[in-house]
Amino acid sequence: MALTPEIVKQVSLLARLQLSADELELMTQQLGRVLEYIDKLAEVDTENVAPLAHAVELSNVFADDQVAPSLPREEVLANAPKRDDACYRVPAVLGD
Amino acid sequence: MITQPEETTAAYQTVVGLEVHVQLLTQSKLFCRCSTKFGAPPNTQTCPVCTGMPGALPVMNREAFRLSLKTAIALDLHIPQFTKWDRKNYFYPDSPRGYQISQFDLPLSEHGFLHISDPQGAFPPKKIRILRAHLEDDAGKSLHDEAAGKADSRIDLNRAGTPLLEIVSEPDMRSAQEARAYLTELKLLLTYLGVSDCNMQEGSLRVDANVNIHMQVDGEKIATPIVEIKNLNSFRAVERAVVYEAQRQYELWRETGKKLGDAPKQTRGWDDQAQLTRAQRHKEESSDYRYFPDPDLAPVLTSAEEVEKLKAAMIQRPAELRSRLQTDYALDAHDADVIVNQGRLFVDYFIAVAEKSGSGKLAGNWIQQSVLRYLNEQEIGIGEFDISAAALAEMIDLIQSGELASSRAKDVFAEMLNAKTTAPEAMKTLGIEAVDDSTLVTLCQSLLDDNPRIVADVQGGKQQAVGALIGQAKKKNPNANPSEVRKICLRLIDAM
Ligand SMILES: [Zn+2]
Repeated sequence: MALTPEIVKQVSLLARLQLSADELELMTQQLGRVLEYIDKLAEVDTENVAPLAHAVELSNVFADDQVAPSLPREEVLANAPKRDDACYRVPAVLGD
Repeated sequence: MITQPEETTAAYQTVVGLEVHVQLLTQSKLFCRCSTKFGAPPNTQTCPVCTGMPGALPVMNREAFRLSLKTAIALDLHIPQFTKWDRKNYFYPDSPRGYQISQFDLPLSEHGFLHISDPQGAFPPKKIRILRAHLEDDAGKSLHDEAAGKADSRIDLNRAGTPLLEIVSEPDMRSAQEARAYLTELKLLLTYLGVSDCNMQEGSLRVDANVNIHMQVDGEKIATPIVEIKNLNSFRAVERAVVYEAQRQYELWRETGKKLGDAPKQTRGWDDQAQLTRAQRHKEESSDYRYFPDPDLAPVLTSAEEVEKLKAAMIQRPAELRSRLQTDYALDAHDADVIVNQGRLFVDYFIAVAEKSGSGKLAGNWIQQSVLRYLNEQEIGIGEFDISAAALAEMIDLIQSGELASSRAKDVFAEMLNAKTTAPEAMKTLGIEAVDDSTLVTLCQSLLDDNPRIVADVQGGKQQAVGALIGQAKKKNPNANPSEVRKICLRLIDAM
């Protein structure tokens, strides 16, 4: 399937990226090439291969339910672009 | 043709499916070891994992998984051998990772059911199918800084990463009452299991309702577009929102004729103040969550043996206890329902009293009429009740043996509570003792001697005239058993 600018526009919206017209064209080309490359996988015969649900060979990795210390609040908020003494501050979340 | 507005209640069938999120009773979060304790100062229970720092590695909480399986078994859900976690991608300020860790195509359990019924008979007992129950993590909380009048929201991430079990029903409920009954029974079951405290005020139990209506119009089956209702803060709100929304959809359909498929699924919020649902701001393309398997989390395999083991360890569920109380202790369906709905501790109390006194019926009566009333008045639970099961059983024994007249038992019960004492002690304080027959006969004879008119009335066929003597007898001897006095008086008059 050929990648269209419409699809790239849609994906950039989901990723909250604002692309200019030039960028949109560039991304359509570049992403298109990536997809073509991945399409090579379609050439492999997977008739008798069970679908893979997870790439890791591990299973049942658990931790015990025991509380460990959290980070001090000052450290937690240290990287926030905007904050007050207790919370992160973000542009208003519209009440809905 | 379409029915008239006055007949709207019969004009359509309400169809409801419920999504319930319950917070599991773990000490630490689902993927990190931060505390889940409610009410801590903002952002004091977070770490690199639950704030979504790059490179942080989530590890599944063993207890959260165990509680999920326990719940799944209690809801007769099938537990597949393989389950995994997926990323549900969306941007929102209270979700620091930019995705929620949830389960998409391979949830830890699916296809179960819950039986509901109504003791008042508002609807016949029915089985509500449950589509699935899966484990996911919670988001943080937005605090709206209205006082400051600023355009900012404040974010507290203490709750981010708390384990939630999402239980999704099939659209099997056909009224607001059935929806409420489902929620009530589900909550009761979850508290019996001890998997959640189900505290709605603290957000430990949250409900979203999917509602539409079905109609028969000119022999054609018509359904309206499905609406998901959010912001449901109580079971009562669920009931009212369902009723409101069904009627709103009916009126909208009459106006526009829009059917299921003509419009996408809409999300509306319940406004409890105004008692109506409002369209929520349409989050553009928000339904495109682009799920994919979370590469940081290992899948979980559960063997059939493990499932069998958990099944064997399953406690008696409320539905099973209701029938057990009926068969083992001769309670009727209503009484069994009342007792079981009070919770497991209350049931244990009842069973202890019934076993020790040997009378399920008397135990049931006393516990419902006196104990439960007292608990409700005092707004306390059975755990804080001062009369032990053994002490109540002893009192019931005294009633059964005739040493304590039923007519005085209520006073004894009150005195036991008042003085925190046993039934025999309370009886001593109240001066209650069994009156032997000869004392009663002497008492009755003196009453008859004093009241020739009453004797004449009774002889003339007015048996009820003897009632006046009972009051007098009680005055002379408070321990005189009214029914005994009555019997003896009639016998003595008969023999005159
Ligand atoms: Zn954490």
